[in-house]
Amino acid sequence: MSPNLRIASRFLTAKKRAMLMSLSCIVLGVGLFVVTQATTSGFEQFFIKTILGTNGAIRIEDRIQDTMRSMEAGGRGSGSNFHISMRGEGKKYIEGIEEPKLLLSALRRFENVAGVSEVLHGPVIIRSSFKSESVRAYGINLDDQLRVSDLGSQIVQGSIGDFRSKPTSAMVGREMADRLQLAVGDSFILEAQGEARRYRVSAIYETGVSDIDRVRVYLNMGEARSLLKRPTGASFIQVNLIDKDRAPQDALHMEEVLRYSAASWQEREKTWLEVFRALRISTAITVSVFTLIAGLAMFNTLAMIVMEKTKEIAILRSMGYTRRDISGIFLWQAAIVLMIGTVCGWVLGVVVTYAISNFPIRIRGIFATDTFIVSWSLWHYVAATATAVVMVMAASLIPARRAARLEPGDVIRGTAQ
Amino acid sequence: MADIPDNVSLRCANIHRSLGQGEGRVHVLKGVSFEAQRGQVYAVVGPSGCGKSTLLYLLGLLDRQDEGDVWINGRLMSNRSDAERTAARCVNIGFVFQFHFLMQEFTTLENVMMPMRKLGRLAEAEMHERAQQLLAAVGLGDKSHRLGTQLSGGEQQRVAIARALANAPAIILADEPTGNLDQRNSGLVFDLLTHLAKENGQAVIIVTHNSEIASRCDTVRPMRDGVFL
Repeated sequence: MSPNLRIASRFLTAKKRAMLMSLSCIVLGVGLFVVTQATTSGFEQFFIKTILGTNGAIRIEDRIQDTMRSMEAGGRGSGSNFHISMRGEGKKYIEGIEEPKLLLSALRRFENVAGVSEVLHGPVIIRSSFKSESVRAYGINLDDQLRVSDLGSQIVQGSIGDFRSKPTSAMVGREMADRLQLAVGDSFILEAQGEARRYRVSAIYETGVSDIDRVRVYLNMGEARSLLKRPTGASFIQVNLIDKDRAPQDALHMEEVLRYSAASWQEREKTWLEVFRALRISTAITVSVFTLIAGLAMFNTLAMIVMEKTKEIAILRSMGYTRRDISGIFLWQAAIVLMIGTVCGWVLGVVVTYAISNFPIRIRGIFATDTFIVSWSLWHYVAATATAVVMVMAASLIPARRAARLEPGDVIRGTAQ
Repeated sequence: MADIPDNVSLRCANIHRSLGQGEGRVHVLKGVSFEAQRGQVYAVVGPSGCGKSTLLYLLGLLDRQDEGDVWINGRLMSNRSDAERTAARCVNIGFVFQFHFLMQEFTTLENVMMPMRKLGRLAEAEMHERAQQLLAAVGLGDKSHRLGTQLSGGEQQRVAIARALANAPAIILADEPTGNLDQRNSGLVFDLLTHLAKENGQAVIIVTHNSEIASRCDTVRPMRDGVFL
């Protein structure tokens, strides 16, 4: 153990209560930072998982028709390096996909693509024995859809096997089932294009996303084409990726190659993702107040110790301890408290995060959960530690430097005379 | 000045020092010169405020003079950097103050080991052994694990002497080392300090008001109004 560390560890006991106050603030600051990041990140990641599991990583929707303006601005081979990105501007879109099979085949060639599924949807009226509502029928090829979504794990009642085997079976969302008082095995009528057909509920799914669970009725693709009177084409193609985080780059690439609009999940859910990001940052800032208080408490404690220990500082200087040694002794004190506080803060963070993860809370709307969602990430602990280190050590620098600046002659003269 | 004899461990020449600010600034030392030889005990005496302690701190490189030079073991130190002066203190100078300034959080043994730890020349076991020997020499061998707060004033001052001798410095500077002690303890502390220093060939400079202590030193240098008489 270095002499400075040895002296620092003993000086710590000089102001026990003040040091305990600093320690407590560090523990709270680090612990609560971890907890808030774990919960906000947990909900954010669960939201991302939900949207990936329902609407996929990329949605290919409308064909892009070049206008004179877009062709002029984006033209390649014109001999000029000048290029204007015309995304969303200077383009016309033709709704729907005319040749889904060709597009599916082309999409499968992209290296990051894990699965593709064509979807046809259209407005229908659903009638149960209880009431009628306007909803949307979604025609899917079940096996394809299972490769691009979590539909299989979203079934809460009934059997997906029934849906596969019986053409007139349908899957309804939980909210829709509740509103129409439908249960597995019940029949209902769908009306579209002036025609009414009877279907039977083979399964009830729940994504947790109200906009989906309230309005989507899944039908087998053949039945949907017949009901919606659209024998060819598709409304969109849902794409699943191996590396979901690469969705924006892949979407752009697909758009350029296929000339169809491609929206990544980050682009589609930009608003919600921004909300989560803002929430994560704001909670981090709020909780950092504890760490700031820890820094101020440490500043105060060390300043008091410096005032009390001027004679000891002078005698250390007379023995040959340098100014750097003196500031080191005080910085070591801060570092020791910081280390203890950080480790205790981690433990507090783990315990509280675990306790919160078992805390019952029912959330429906943007996702479905019955308990708090937490995210276990080492980065939360790293960020909490970094915040505490910066604030506490920065606050400790001033008293440490003040101690180092003390002139031993002045101190001893003041005492001796 | 290169021609300093080997037996001279400390020399200062034409030292001037003023203390205070503005109108309250006082010219404390007015061209003081002094020399201390190894194995000799010097007493600097004089009335309060004559500049004795100020001179001692300048000789001990704890303060900087306004004018003049200080040599430690033949090496000019007065114009050196703070780091060099600090290193020189660690190796060459041991201090004993009126208020012993023991580290209250440390045992007597640890207090004596503190300068050795900074110097870093000895292994932990060697430091421990030397500190024990020094404490035994000042009669506190059996109290090596007591905290400073558990010792009497005289005992604390004896620990301070052991600490000053820890790195075997060439010079011992003592500022009123018996000022806070009764007559019996004063005699004991002085005897210890001079006996151990003479045994090791160290120069001892004692600033004191105590005429009896001063009379027992090898050389007495009376001061008044910032100059030696």
